[in-house]
Amino acid sequence: MKHILSVLVNNSSGVLSHVASLFTRRGYNIESLCVAETHQNERSIITLVVDEDDKMVSQIERQLYKLVDVIKIEDLTDHPSIERELVLATIQLERSKREEILSLVDVFQARIVDMSGMAIMIELIAEPRKIRSFIKIIAEYGIIKIARSGSIALPCFSADE
Amino acid sequence: MIDMEETKKPGKTETTSKTGSKILLDTLLANEVTVCWGYPGGAILPFYDEVYHSRIEHILVRHEQGAAFAAEGYARATGKLGVAVSTSGPGATNLLTGIADAKMDSIPVLFITGQVATKDIGTDAFQEADTYGMSIPITKYNALVKNVDEVARTTKEAITVAMAGRQGPVLIDMPKDVQAASSSNVHYHYDDLRIPDIHYKKAGLSGDVKKLIDVINKSKRPLFYIGGGVISSETSALLLKLAEKAKIPVTSTLMGLGAFPGEHDLFLGMLGMHGTAYANKAVMECDLIVALGARFDDRVALNVSEFASQAIRAQVDIDNAEIGKRVDVDVHIAGDLTDVLELLFAGLEEVKESLWADHIKELKIKNPLKFNLVKDQIKPQYFIHKLSERTSGNALIVTDVGQHQMWASQYYAINKPRNWLTSGGLGSMGFGLPAAIGAKYGRPDDDVILITGDGSIQMNIQELATAKMYNIPVKILLFHNGFLGMVRQWQELFYGERFSHSTLQNFNPDFCKIADAYGIISRKISHPDEIDGGIDFLLNTKDVCLLEVMIPETEKVYPMIAAGHRYEDMIEFETTSEVGDLFSVVPHKHRVKQVSK
Ligand SMILES: Cc1ncc(C[n+]2csc(CCOP(=O)(O)OP(=O)(O)O)c2C)c(N)n1
Repeated sequence: MKHILSVLVNNSSGVLSHVASLFTRRGYNIESLCVAETHQNERSIITLVVDEDDKMVSQIERQLYKLVDVIKIEDLTDHPSIERELVLATIQLERSKREEILSLVDVFQARIVDMSGMAIMIELIAEPRKIRSFIKIIAEYGIIKIARSGSIALPCFSADE
Repeated sequence: MIDMEETKKPGKTETTSKTGSKILLDTLLANEVTVCWGYPGGAILPFYDEVYHSRIEHILVRHEQGAAFAAEGYARATGKLGVAVSTSGPGATNLLTGIADAKMDSIPVLFITGQVATKDIGTDAFQEADTYGMSIPITKYNALVKNVDEVARTTKEAITVAMAGRQGPVLIDMPKDVQAASSSNVHYHYDDLRIPDIHYKKAGLSGDVKKLIDVINKSKRPLFYIGGGVISSETSALLLKLAEKAKIPVTSTLMGLGAFPGEHDLFLGMLGMHGTAYANKAVMECDLIVALGARFDDRVALNVSEFASQAIRAQVDIDNAEIGKRVDVDVHIAGDLTDVLELLFAGLEEVKESLWADHIKELKIKNPLKFNLVKDQIKPQYFIHKLSERTSGNALIVTDVGQHQMWASQYYAINKPRNWLTSGGLGSMGFGLPAAIGAKYGRPDDDVILITGDGSIQMNIQELATAKMYNIPVKILLFHNGFLGMVRQWQELFYGERFSHSTLQNFNPDFCKIADAYGIISRKISHPDEIDGGIDFLLNTKDVCLLEVMIPETEKVYPMIAAGHRYEDMIEFETTSEVGDLFSVVPHKHRVKQVSK
């Protein structure tokens, strides 16, 4: 089952290597990994999407806690939370398909961020599920290049925090 | 030569400046480090220049792997922090096996490696290797120190992490310029460690102590399955009191040997792949098994789903991540064994008569360790059995890896914690000699006996020079079977007797001549009549000495449970398979004092 782990870490130069090394060494399946600084500049958030059962995920959390740069881990899977991913895709722009593509962009609430005579670059920020179906559909028009960010997520605010 | 820096009060800021190397050494001294094991080279020269003036004793080994194992042996034998030093690149890579070994067996060792100057890092400079990257998966903590002002704090952090909780190896990679640079910001105020305090502050217990007390009190056939955690937590005395109060029999992993008196009526010896038949039968018969500082590894819980599946399984470990890692447990506590055992002692009912404990005694008598005594041959099992008797199980035994290691674990009844040093988790051949040197250095008043094989000894044989140079009188017992015996055993049993590349025969050196070349006294025996004399030689020689014992290559380690198999599939020694007289012995029982003639 898919789990989203939000891991607060010290922003040290080796922290990413330590996390990555743990996953390779213990053979955990990782779907995506996203790192960026937080508003506190000595802290970063690593968002990990892993596809493992609950028992394994609890093992992963406990192993992660042994890394000295890991401060806090939240499993967002069972909490109300918002998950987002960004995709940028450049697809072929055939004149005959132009209208179709533009309405697709509309339906998915995506944006056109670059355009040339032959190609169009689309940006979509959405839940991973929507991103996946979007990619499947635009693939039919011929994807020239694509980049995905991997998921980030945040739990919804609850009053008892 | 009076060096008072390390006695300065916490919080005091130094006004005079010191080099990074001096700060590192002073921090070691302030943390009661008195010895380090190492080998110099270009990128660690500024450090060695400070070592020249330091009160810390430095022992020059002959290979960095020797430094790592010696530091481990010292740490295992004394409970103190071991320290090993090497240069960058090849020096650091030579340490790696020892670092991994310390990680597997949770041994606190600080590794200090030289590194190329910070400006050269990443340029493939001479003797540059990514020591930081390579050591990530095999350390508890590692750091590349890029700023001399960080040396004191980083060193303190490393030492703290190594010694705290589940202990383990740590590494500090020191670029050459950082070693040489001066800092006036040298402070001994360590409250500003940057690591979260869960890594060093003692945590409370999590889990259900009451439930554990309850299941033990209700159990008719409880069994303690102890591991290295009992040794590192120094809870042997407490465990003994507890087991005696509640009459709970005890079996041990390879790492836990010595944590419970080997000749105690409640002790069953080792369980698992080469465990005693009586220990393994107890595992099959118990209705509750309580792991204390042990991790259900694949040499014990060979088959995850079948291991003690008839019993309630409980686990106590200081490392939360070990709980249920391989084997699901019904009751668990994460926390310090001292706290848990004290609570158990208070909560467990005193048991006066126990049918189960009586049954355990019987199990031992009915299922002894067995082998054949053959005329004109020295059997290693018999030799070790004799050695155990002659030393009353009180020598400090260090082993290498292979059959000799297993025979030693079975036939030598270790009576005290930290008297059994072996490479358990990693199983590194070559561990023995340097580890024995480290142990003897740390425990000069104890008899330190290395039990090794003709394969293993050759992996770090160069350390004979270290033992000789510093006059560290280890006693080497070398079983010579002309084979990589353990490999040969597997090939005989599981690979149709195709002995692929497991023989050393005819090309082994003359080990006594080698000893002689290092100025070490030696003797070689091959006949059973020479056993007593051989043991006399070992025990009475005051200098470093080597006894070479010729043994048959066909001898095997029994009992055995093949990898992944169930305890029911245990293979026991069959006397019909060989000619000779059956010899059976139960090392793990109270021995009636023999009257010497
Ligand atoms: C560094 C290393 N390489 C290979 C092995 C695999 N191995 C395990 S036991 C063994 C044979 C050991 O031979 P020896 O030291 O002569 O001991 P014996 O089994 O004959 O008692 C080997 C090769 C190992 N454990 N460690």
